[in-house]
Amino acid sequence: MSRVHDMGGRYGDGAINPKDDATFVEGWHARALAVTLAAGALGQWNIDYSRHARETLSPKDYARFSYYEKWMAGLADMLVAKGIVTREELQSGHGAGRSDLADRVLRAEAVAGVLAKGSPYQRPEAPAATFTPGDRVRTRRPAHNLHVTGGHTRLPSYAAGLSGTIVLRHGAHVLPDANAHGLGEAAEPLYAVAFPARDLWGDEACAQDEVVLDLWQSYLEPTT
Amino acid sequence: MPHDTHDHPHALLPPDPALRVRALETILTEKGLIDPAALDEIIDTYEHKIGPQNGAKVVAKMWTDPAFREAMLTDPMPLLDEMGFYGRQGEHMVIVENTPQVHNVVVCTLCSCYPWPLLGIPPGWYKSDAYRARVVREPRAVLAEFGVTVPADKKVRVWDSTAEIRYLVVPERPAGTEGMTVAELEKLVSRNSMIGTALATEPTT
Repeated sequence: MSRVHDMGGRYGDGAINPKDDATFVEGWHARALAVTLAAGALGQWNIDYSRHARETLSPKDYARFSYYEKWMAGLADMLVAKGIVTREELQSGHGAGRSDLADRVLRAEAVAGVLAKGSPYQRPEAPAATFTPGDRVRTRRPAHNLHVTGGHTRLPSYAAGLSGTIVLRHGAHVLPDANAHGLGEAAEPLYAVAFPARDLWGDEACAQDEVVLDLWQSYLEPTT
Repeated sequence: MPHDTHDHPHALLPPDPALRVRALETILTEKGLIDPAALDEIIDTYEHKIGPQNGAKVVAKMWTDPAFREAMLTDPMPLLDEMGFYGRQGEHMVIVENTPQVHNVVVCTLCSCYPWPLLGIPPGWYKSDAYRARVVREPRAVLAEFGVTVPADKKVRVWDSTAEIRYLVVPERPAGTEGMTVAELEKLVSRNSMIGTALATEPTT
């Protein structure tokens, strides 16, 4: 049911290397980040759409690509899917003529303003919040998109079908499950929900530890 | 975007990643969709202007200014905006404080969400499969690999950044720092300590 990116709790990845602490190891890493941000500034997709583009890489590609290779692959796929770049252009490595979107290009002098402006995801209009801190809730199971088969969702499979406790109310936020697929923003109340580690992982976890996830109202149902 | 497809145009690009990036940059530049000078500006911003020094300012001020600390824990965005620390990937911050009872650590298991305006671009290990997969399941073992031992009677709370909320950990203020200036305190606040994979640096005596 899940996709390859949904790896929370997975076994087999080995030790972490804390010395792998550079922001950009290769020159092209920084370039890949910048190309992605500049292309995003054309306004042809949103963050949920671009996350989904990376998540829909084949499991083989997802696993073998380094971090910024995933970004590049996702970007190439989005550019073609949106009709901004053709397959022939990808193949040849050259652009065939000026794009209709060229007047939207991000200029160097606009960069600071665009990055500082951000892109808030909280919305004033949404269904009323039905939960308050302290309420017990259960997450949906399976952890899949209700609107699009195999679509984007932010409910990790390791936290599906489990009971937790609301710890924070974040206000109403754009729902990725809709926003990734051109179904509108469909903002919903968003909550931080705490799960006892042992309910997630069994006895291998410490009894007092917990994991907190940010989950939308439609991911949750009341429980006792 | 088709939701399950074998149609992956990215395979048309050269296999070498550096050449892939260059091909995309060339195509987009020739189409008038990218200003290469804007790329330089973006890179300069995240290499030199925005980084963990911003988060360290917030932490040191929280350690020394009770009213500021209270605001950061309840409604941080107005003051972060005032400090110039609002921006992309930091629109909705939640600041969580380590205490003698709780050690916090942050991850994004689904991708690599990270508070850019306060910490910059994430380090390699934060984006690694091993960190994403393991820290939710065995945070104490992961922290040990970073040299952090959490006492058995202290709770570990892992924050999985599954939405657009971004979390910053405030490490406990080390003992023996009472007389230090805010500028001196900032130097004790490492990037990893604000993710939760390190403690604040002990002052050298």
